Amino acid sequence: MAKYITKRVVYMFISLFLIASLTFVLMKLLPGSPLASAEKLSIEQREVIYEKYGLNDPIPVQYIRYMGNLAKGDFGISFQYKNADVMTLILKKLEYSVILGAQAIVFGTVIGIVLGMIAALKQNTIWDYGSTIIAILGISIPSFVFAVLLQFIFAVELEWFDVGLWNGWKSSILPSIALAMGPIAIAARFIRTEMIEVLGTDYILLAKAKGANWFEIAFKHAFRNALIPLITVLGPLAAGLLTGSLVVEQIFAIPGIGEQFVKSINSNDYAIIMGTTMFFSVFLIVIILIVDILYGIIDPRIRLSGGSK
Amino acid sequence: MEKIIEVKDLELSFHTFAGEVKAIRGVSFEVFKGETLAIVGESGSGKSVTTKSIMRLLPESSTEFKNGQVLFGGRDLLKISEREMQKVRGKDISMIFQDPMTSLNPTMKIGKQIMEPLLKHQKLNKSDAWKKSVELLGLVGMPQPEMRMKQFPHQFSGGQRQRIVIAVALACNPKLLIADEPTTALDVTIQAQILELMKDLQKKIDTSIIFITHDLGVVANVADRVAVMYGGQIVEVGTVDEIFYNPQHPYTWGLLSSMPSLDATEDKLYAIPGTPPDLLAPPKGDAFALRSEYALKIDLEEMPPLFKVSETHYAATWLLHPDAPQVDPPAPVMERMKSFPGSRYYEGNAGGAK
Repeated sequence: MAKYITKRVVYMFISLFLIASLTFVLMKLLPGSPLASAEKLSIEQREVIYEKYGLNDPIPVQYIRYMGNLAKGDFGISFQYKNADVMTLILKKLEYSVILGAQAIVFGTVIGIVLGMIAALKQNTIWDYGSTIIAILGISIPSFVFAVLLQFIFAVELEWFDVGLWNGWKSSILPSIALAMGPIAIAARFIRTEMIEVLGTDYILLAKAKGANWFEIAFKHAFRNALIPLITVLGPLAAGLLTGSLVVEQIFAIPGIGEQFVKSINSNDYAIIMGTTMFFSVFLIVIILIVDILYGIIDPRIRLSGGSK
Repeated sequence: MEKIIEVKDLELSFHTFAGEVKAIRGVSFEVFKGETLAIVGESGSGKSVTTKSIMRLLPESSTEFKNGQVLFGGRDLLKISEREMQKVRGKDISMIFQDPMTSLNPTMKIGKQIMEPLLKHQKLNKSDAWKKSVELLGLVGMPQPEMRMKQFPHQFSGGQRQRIVIAVALACNPKLLIADEPTTALDVTIQAQILELMKDLQKKIDTSIIFITHDLGVVANVADRVAVMYGGQIVEVGTVDEIFYNPQHPYTWGLLSSMPSLDATEDKLYAIPGTPPDLLAPPKGDAFALRSEYALKIDLEEMPPLFKVSETHYAATWLLHPDAPQVDPPAPVMERMKSFPGSRYYEGNAGGAK
């Protein structure tokens, strides 16, 4: 296992190197410059600033310097926020997005699994159809529609929550629910399909023949076998949610990373674009690694290569 | 002899999109203590459905019991509640399935799978159940049982897995063991080992077995009595010797003739022509009549009752009616009948060359 994880971590750094290089090139291809909107600056002033930030050097030189700093863990400084350190800035913004994303994914998965289990165990009954309708709505309606709806009902009409204001953990409830609709729908569909398939297998029949009741059959025997496909889709979904949803963050006025990312692209804030991209990449890669390790834990037939024996 | 289980006039239908499939059309049989009853017949004849209905393992939403009783331990298993039934399954009646590769839970250690019925039915505590399971694994011939308990099904071969399934089935010393083609998915050498193991264990724990198979070679090896099923009915039932050496039903003749034999003179293996009847619209008379060269006119019109051949031997064919014409069975079957005392072709010591 340790050997396997070491190998994966090495691959992770190779991936990150490639992603960093590619993003760097793409960023330099972006039209405009960080000072494009600062019209009051004279050409000489611009030159001084470019010189100071090293933007006049040939691109390969900039690249090597940037990668060198990156290797030391230095993401540089932002052009937008009074020379704030990118790392600190991103971590501060990321906190909000991670809280929302984590709550959405946990809440969404749990509710989705419950709905899917009910649908599978009560196949072709009103429960099943009800859960199917919820799943279809969750998949087809974008999360920002739910966001607006939730905000209208619970914040504007019922006044249980503040409208468009970040005011501690309570403000994260509505956006988390809005973001959870997708995971709910996906988890419900996957669990239903898998459970129905697993419940038709020989080993479930054998469990029944051993005298197991429906609860033991559903939870002791079937559930674990039905989880694998769900884990596969939940990994990337979790990464996406943890790194923020631009529109939902906008609607609830949450100072999250999603909003920050778009702002930085519009203003050619190279350091923040690079920093955010690297953070997103690390998230995704780590989550994929976690998913791969989870496979092995859930299904003993999946052997991690380089693992113990 | 003590009857362990008695199935009386079982009639069962499946409701499908195509209509009502009359899968079992009046099946009656009994199993005595300590004996092995083999149920033979081709695919779709209702062998598995019959045994699954004893265990009530058929999908409840689409299955309808139209008639009949399954008497076990003084109760009708078709009438008791699902909760009561759960106490019978795995304790008094247990089951072995056809494919050992799919009948164990792939994500559960086999120790846990063997312990499950012990914990559930015998209320043993964990350490006792563990000890008993190790013992069971040893009993079914698994080397290093202690270590093997902690492994997952994919770490075992097909034959080993079937041994584990047998261990699970025998955990609570059931009165009746239903084996649904337990050797069909195994290769021939492993088949023989598993059959030996089952016979051996049957003696040790004194259980009765219903053995479903379509392999007559296996029947000859394990069974005391044989029931031949066709089109959702039992067409002939008797002791192994009676079925093999004095068969009466044309379908049994067909089955025996289509068995490969080393000393066969013909170079082409016999096959029963035609296809099994469509149970969506079962035939009015003898279900086998359309495929049989021995069919009488009445076979197409009226279902034959079970005619008594001997105390233990019954067959549902109009050929046994006193008014029926005498027909000779196919040559290889006639050859077999010559060696059976009581058959009309018996040569014994009196006939023959001597």
